[in-house]
Amino acid sequence: MSSSSSPPAILRFFEQAGELGILFIQTLKNLLRKPREKRIFIQQMDEIGVRSLPVVAITAAFGGLVFGFQTYTGFYEFIGSGSEAYSGAIITLGLTKELIPILVGLMISGRVGSAMAAEIGTMKITEQVDALFSLGADPIRYLVVPRTLAALVMLPALILFGDIIGIICAFAFNLLMGVNAYIYMKNTLLYVEVWDVVTGMIKGGVYGVVIAQIGCWQGLKTQGGAEGVGRATTRTMVIAAILVLILNFFISKALPGDLNI
Amino acid sequence: MIHMEELYKSFGDKKVLRGLNLDVDKGETMAVIGQSGSGKSVLIKHMIGLVKPDSGKIIIDGVDICCLTLKEFYDIRRKFGLLFQAAALFDSLTVAENVSFGVERYRDHTPQEIRKIVTESLDLVGLRGIEDLMPHELSGGMKKRVGLARAIAYRPEIILYDEPSTGIDPIRADAINDLILRMQQELKVTSVVITHDMVSAYKVADRIAMLYNGEIIETGSPQNIQQSSNEIVQQFIHGHAEGPIKEW
Ligand SMILES: Nc1ncnc2c1ncn2[C@@H]1O[C@H](COP(=O)(O)OP(=O)(O)OP(=O)(O)O)[C@@H](O)[C@H]1O
Ligand SMILES: [Mg+2]
Repeated sequence: MSSSSSPPAILRFFEQAGELGILFIQTLKNLLRKPREKRIFIQQMDEIGVRSLPVVAITAAFGGLVFGFQTYTGFYEFIGSGSEAYSGAIITLGLTKELIPILVGLMISGRVGSAMAAEIGTMKITEQVDALFSLGADPIRYLVVPRTLAALVMLPALILFGDIIGIICAFAFNLLMGVNAYIYMKNTLLYVEVWDVVTGMIKGGVYGVVIAQIGCWQGLKTQGGAEGVGRATTRTMVIAAILVLILNFFISKALPGDLNI
Repeated sequence: MIHMEELYKSFGDKKVLRGLNLDVDKGETMAVIGQSGSGKSVLIKHMIGLVKPDSGKIIIDGVDICCLTLKEFYDIRRKFGLLFQAAALFDSLTVAENVSFGVERYRDHTPQEIRKIVTESLDLVGLRGIEDLMPHELSGGMKKRVGLARAIAYRPEIILYDEPSTGIDPIRADAINDLILRMQQELKVTSVVITHDMVSAYKVADRIAMLYNGEIIETGSPQNIQQSSNEIVQQFIHGHAEGPIKEW
């Protein structure tokens, strides 16, 4: 395909958004149809959830440490010695609502989204997707639905896991710096609500669906050999990561700050 | 059984099918011959709806497949078994899981029955005791034969063979010819066999069709084809470099 004949960028954007939209609608339509691919669903839960635990643990631990460190420094230097014990609530809110969801979303875009694109892309170019179709398995129901559902379930769980690690690491850092543990904890429990953690998990659910859909979409449209698979993989990573960042902002704006109506 | 009328199909600027007509009758074995890249694989993918024509009509068992719902199409697909040119085995599944894939979806069987069907199907293609291997542990020819076992395991009415003997040693290749004949005689299947191997085409086919320039330029019994007055057909079946076919 020569570049001179390709349509302008804005048209291409809408074309691609359309493709993704169609895939999403097809996924919803196939969500409840039988046969359900339970085995693949469980495999994918393992792949997306269990196997991501080490990566998420490291990411969340260092995210928590650096956030704890900077907040500590901020309070200590700009507000004064002793005030840093009040940083607990800010650190915990920042971690659960924003930092952990973003970090986990980005890591999973790289680890899971691109793996989906590579696997499905390889199946596409080796005609395995055609073979599925000829043997009575709908590629959307067989490949896309279980991956999307598994990501929808596992991402909130990973984020909750990341929250716990991040909060512990930030707390541990503050303890090491000699912060008053009692005030730190009391403040945290006073200001942080379950809803704040849930906000982050809701974000996780959205990211899960978005990452899986992009990985599957890019995989299913892969063309042209190993190079094509490479392109699909990189594209998935980039598009998913950008969408995670954009969506993070809009979900933060859209969700209420608390649930006391 | 299979009726294709005035099919046109292009990929980008490349016109692959240009007004192709082909009829395959119930119970017959039709061999399709033609140069590499002439569109033979594309042709059989049209039959089961993997590729949609730009224009033209495809009628399978009296049903026009252009405008079916997914559910209706499912019933058409289960009539077909397709052996892919490059086998297209699922590389994350074992040999047994590959072979049972269609059986599980198209037929109602207990797990024991399925295991038996898997063994029988592998036996038919001359493979034994490889049920638990993964596709990457097989040789090229073994993959092809597992692909064939997978395509015949659920007893389809129509079998499409995309170069069944390519990449297989001559003895095994002839065993596959016998298998194709047996499927026709014992199970009354309708077959379309794509092949470059003229000896095999003469042996298994009731009729041979030659695809050239996006059209079927000649159809006839092996004898008719051998005695064809069409120079293109003559050049192809005798494999001469010199003749009316120039492009490659
Ligand atoms: N999905 C596709 N996208 C673009 N072009 C395609 C596609 N599928 C097939 N083609 C083109 O269509 C033409 C016919 O391909 P096809 O695979 O049917 O050839 P063939 O007759 O089976 O050849 P061979 O004997 O080598 O298998 C080729 O030029 C190929 O490049
Ligand atoms: Mg071919």
